[in-house]
Amino acid sequence: MTDFDIIVVGAGPAGSTAALVAARAGKSVCLIERGPFPGSKNMYGGVIYGRVLDGLIPKWWEEAPVQRWVTRRGTVVMTPTQSVMIDYRSTKWGEPPYNGATAFRPDFDAWLADHAAAAGATVVCSTTVTGVIQDGSGRVTGVHTDRPDGDLTADVVIACDGVNSFIAKEMGLYPHAEDSDHFTLGAKEVLSLPREVIEERFGLTGDGGADYEIIGCTGDIAGGGFIYTNLDSVAVGVVLRLTDLAESKRRAEDLIADLKAHPMVAPLVKGGQLEEYSAHLIPEGGYDTMPTLGSPGLLVSGDAAAFCLSGGLWLEGVNFAIGGGKAAGDAAVAALDSGRSGSKAMVADYRSRLHGTFVLADHKKLRKAPGLVLSDRVQFRYPQLVCDLLEGVFWVDNPNPKPGIVKLFFRTLKNSPLKLRHVIKDAWLGLRTYG
Amino acid sequence: MAMHMSRGAVSFEARMATIDFRVSTRAHIIVDSAVCSHCPAKACITACPANLFVPTSDGGILFNYEQCFECGTCYMVCNNEGAISWSYPEGGHGVVFKRS
Repeated sequence: MTDFDIIVVGAGPAGSTAALVAARAGKSVCLIERGPFPGSKNMYGGVIYGRVLDGLIPKWWEEAPVQRWVTRRGTVVMTPTQSVMIDYRSTKWGEPPYNGATAFRPDFDAWLADHAAAAGATVVCSTTVTGVIQDGSGRVTGVHTDRPDGDLTADVVIACDGVNSFIAKEMGLYPHAEDSDHFTLGAKEVLSLPREVIEERFGLTGDGGADYEIIGCTGDIAGGGFIYTNLDSVAVGVVLRLTDLAESKRRAEDLIADLKAHPMVAPLVKGGQLEEYSAHLIPEGGYDTMPTLGSPGLLVSGDAAAFCLSGGLWLEGVNFAIGGGKAAGDAAVAALDSGRSGSKAMVADYRSRLHGTFVLADHKKLRKAPGLVLSDRVQFRYPQLVCDLLEGVFWVDNPNPKPGIVKLFFRTLKNSPLKLRHVIKDAWLGLRTYG
Repeated sequence: MAMHMSRGAVSFEARMATIDFRVSTRAHIIVDSAVCSHCPAKACITACPANLFVPTSDGGILFNYEQCFECGTCYMVCNNEGAISWSYPEGGHGVVFKRS
């Protein structure tokens, strides 16, 4: 007899969702969180996209602890002195059912964990899982915790223990665990500003919010930047590829300072008082760097499974964690009902459920995106090319007549280290990836 | 540091003071400074966003674990097997980000 049907490790969005669906299906579930409350260890650079919640918590937007609803989405490329922004704005995104929301993760994650608890899951905080328990065949049968007599047994363990997943490492599930090329460091400042100042600077009304994603702002480090609005604060941060960060000998807070000093960004954050500085690792490698998604008695989900999507145009994590957690919870329940929780069939079923939803469908389709986005040309060459091309388009060079745009493109390209064959090759890869 | 101040930014100490750390008596980071003294890169020094790793005059590394974001950057950038041992702090301890 086990202590629980299912133990979920980590009460982030993946873990709480897995616990929620399993508890609703009538299983006994223990959700273990090492922080003093769910979300206390978590930060991100971003936006929560809510469609994945529609089927889990009807009208979730009426109760979720959201800061602002994103009504303005900017995609920015910049050089130290130039910037270009594709600035999409929508009033529709400010109304139910909404598209994206900004939120503080300690608020949001605690809210989602409360739903798991309300569905019947036992939520245990301030408890660190220190390893898995296996039987003689290698099947996972529970976890060791740092509580006195803290071993807990279950038919299924779902590891949602984050980007550093010690469970996936212990079980040898990562093919590329030590390859820091696939990880970025996200570092962020939350700057307090009066609500009306934020609304004026970002052109927002009511609880509408802005989210700008930036490339070309991290010097010789592959990565990017972001700015988004909370109710009465602005979050600004950078995402930095670990290998480049290490090599550059630069510091995350200095790169944030550079971004804040950029002529496009400075007026937006001026006068903001530092309310919080934080950092976290991001698994950015996508489909080709994911671990094996489980083993007999074990499923892996969320950041632990590298479900975070770094797709250039799309930077999403919380929704992938929720989608992944739901598939894990459903697969665990199905395995318990059919007595297959100790076999590889549970992992295969989990995998096929993920492929049947956006979680692995998007990742598989966008498997080349992380490499393209973090490539030298996209990071260090194209921002300059795009900015210089637009500089040429909008520069009025009277008395000379206007050059044609094609001519201008080739003139700009000639002044760039890029070759036409590079541009064609990358455009083709981009089309195949995003088309 | 002067450069930081001129940008209207805050000192690193003040930066870290924005975060609540419930410090455990047990260190969750262990550094084998003898290994570090042979490391030419010492990438942890600059890559750690919490600035927890400080070079010593004898070529080793002095570290503290108290104000750690628990991000994992240090052991990921460390190219010396076994120099940094890193695990999660005991339950209820370590970094605690604020609720709004």
